Amino acid sequence: MGKTLFEKIWEKHIIKSIEGGPSVLYVDKHFIHEVTSPQAFKGLEQRGLKVFRPQQVVATVDHNVPTINQHLPIKEELSRIQVQTLKENCEKFGIELYGLGHPYQGIVHIIGPELGVTQPGMTIVCGDSHTSTHGAFATIAFGIGTSEVEMVLATQCLMQSKPKLMRINVEGTLNRGVVSKDIILYIISKISASGATGYAVEYAGSAIKNLSMEARMTVCNMSIEMGARCGIIAPDETTFSYIKGRKFAPTNEDWNKALEYWETLFSDDDAKFDAELNIKAEEIEPMITYGTNPGMGIGISGYVPSLNDVDTKDKPSYEKSLHYMGIEPGASMKGKKVDYVFIGSCTNARIEDLRMVASFIKGKHKANDVEVWVVPGSKQVEKQAIEEGINKIFEDAGFLLRQPGCSACLGMNEDKIPAGKYCISTSNRNFEGRQGLNARTFLASPLTAAAAAITGEVSDVREMMNEN
Amino acid sequence: MSKSINIITSTVVPVNIENIDTDQIIPARFLKATSREGFGKNLFRDWRYEDDDESKLKKDFPLNDKRYNGKILVGAKNFGCGSSREHAAWSIKDYGFDVVVSSFFADIFKNNALNNFLLPVVVSDDFLQKIFATVDTDNQTEIEVNLPEQTISILSTGEHENFDINNYKKTCLLNGYDDIDYLLSMREEIEQFETASN
Ligand code: SF4
Repeated sequence: MGKTLFEKIWEKHIIKSIEGGPSVLYVDKHFIHEVTSPQAFKGLEQRGLKVFRPQQVVATVDHNVPTINQHLPIKEELSRIQVQTLKENCEKFGIELYGLGHPYQGIVHIIGPELGVTQPGMTIVCGDSHTSTHGAFATIAFGIGTSEVEMVLATQCLMQSKPKLMRINVEGTLNRGVVSKDIILYIISKISASGATGYAVEYAGSAIKNLSMEARMTVCNMSIEMGARCGIIAPDETTFSYIKGRKFAPTNEDWNKALEYWETLFSDDDAKFDAELNIKAEEIEPMITYGTNPGMGIGISGYVPSLNDVDTKDKPSYEKSLHYMGIEPGASMKGKKVDYVFIGSCTNARIEDLRMVASFIKGKHKANDVEVWVVPGSKQVEKQAIEEGINKIFEDAGFLLRQPGCSACLGMNEDKIPAGKYCISTSNRNFEGRQGLNARTFLASPLTAAAAAITGEVSDVREMMNEN
Repeated sequence: MSKSINIITSTVVPVNIENIDTDQIIPARFLKATSREGFGKNLFRDWRYEDDDESKLKKDFPLNDKRYNGKILVGAKNFGCGSSREHAAWSIKDYGFDVVVSSFFADIFKNNALNNFLLPVVVSDDFLQKIFATVDTDNQTEIEVNLPEQTISILSTGEHENFDINNYKKTCLLNGYDDIDYLLSMREEIEQFETASN
């Protein structure tokens, strides 16, 4: 019987399988950041251990960093200590750190691919659930907890059980105004925030094949929002040409050898999946979420489910969620006023996202009472945006281009959405308080977020594209 | 932190909410610590206090409800989804729970819990509803979680169910072993694997 893409990579990395238990999985690359690593380093020290393979660890700071005046010391003491602690740990244990001010600093899931560290066939982990992003490059990439970070630092291995496998085929052509973020929000709305728990999800089909690497990363990024252990996409010409020439990409003979292997990474025709889901690209509209988990999304022309549409058992949670959001059951999302627009995060802060927004808003201006933040995912994205003059377009439109970091994706650094305010956000989570205490989040694509920035309310970007 | 788990008999704290994500269990602003201790006091912070003000208790939240206490936390479906932060498991354990019961756990949370000797027990949806209903009528209802036998029982009614856990993890929990000890014992094999795959 044939093998799935996931199995081909998995089997190559298993050192040992325990009867009735997990397997020992070898990890090729380990990304770390300031929030989930300090206790792991402390654990190593308490055991008197070194980092086993420091060259396979890459570190950056992202969650806690301010996104203006990065040259100044971080104001908040605990954030400053955490960033400083990572610096000290990296020095002590011989790990390369792309710290604040470094030309490669950025959100961990943006810099890995951008630097060519992320390559097909690898196993990649990070103490961060959106590690699934790297699966766009045909890697097995997943988030881990801090105890596991310690295990990988100490042994370059983890104890893992093999997940079940699901394939999601998206066939057809996307409608105008519909982008990869809409694909993944649509999928999650179909199968729910827990619909893929216990699975590794392979995305396939013509609509996925036609996506750029940036767009594929957006899809894989949000795999975790339906509970999936990871997302994965078979590599092709798009993948290879994205990697070629990047800082840590193989060169010359090594490139040829790597390519030969990469080309074997696909699910065989007779490979078996535990579950399969087929989606027509034409069904997908620009998406918007109305509730407090990413599965609570609808097409922009649709309506929030009414109470009659919800299972009796699920009603209390549903009502709690809508009450938090200040949204009525059965309402339309179109026309809902927004106070903030956040374009950023590891889901949508790559150069392509910024270009997409810039080309849409060129010649337009933001609505008066809306605050718009554009936060590039990395120093390199920021630099390129400036080189391409995109920063000017943002400036003219009244959009504030900030410096790289996780920013308002999570209420941890200085960038928070005030209580009760509405933010349309290109990030990945609309949980209660995610963007700040009592802040309310609508998740959407960069295009839909940009449209709201111009009109000041949730809008159908397709209606505005005709004006161009 | 108590290492090793065997039989736990306790009253429970029921939080009948679905999709409890780790941002609710411990909000991001409390992740700035560089040690593992002291997270319990901020467990479910924003569901316990109005406007982040400790003098303004949200009285209807079960953790603030004097009728409920114990070592067993019961949550509804898809418990622990979202962020991979192990701080969520630390805060539940630090608050004093040894077991979390739900009909469905998110993968990363489950691993994190196990790595901290916090036992995640998966029960059927039916059984979960029974627990909520029984505790609702009698908040002093005791639940017994028996790891060696892999059973969970509502003592007052005698209703019980088996739960799954893989053998390896069960041995670890019963004996207080960590994954890291096991992995460290494999260093030689790991090095051989590296040489062979290069
Ligand atoms: S951008 Fe948001 S989701 Fe991505 S790593 Fe940062 S905090 Fe996590």
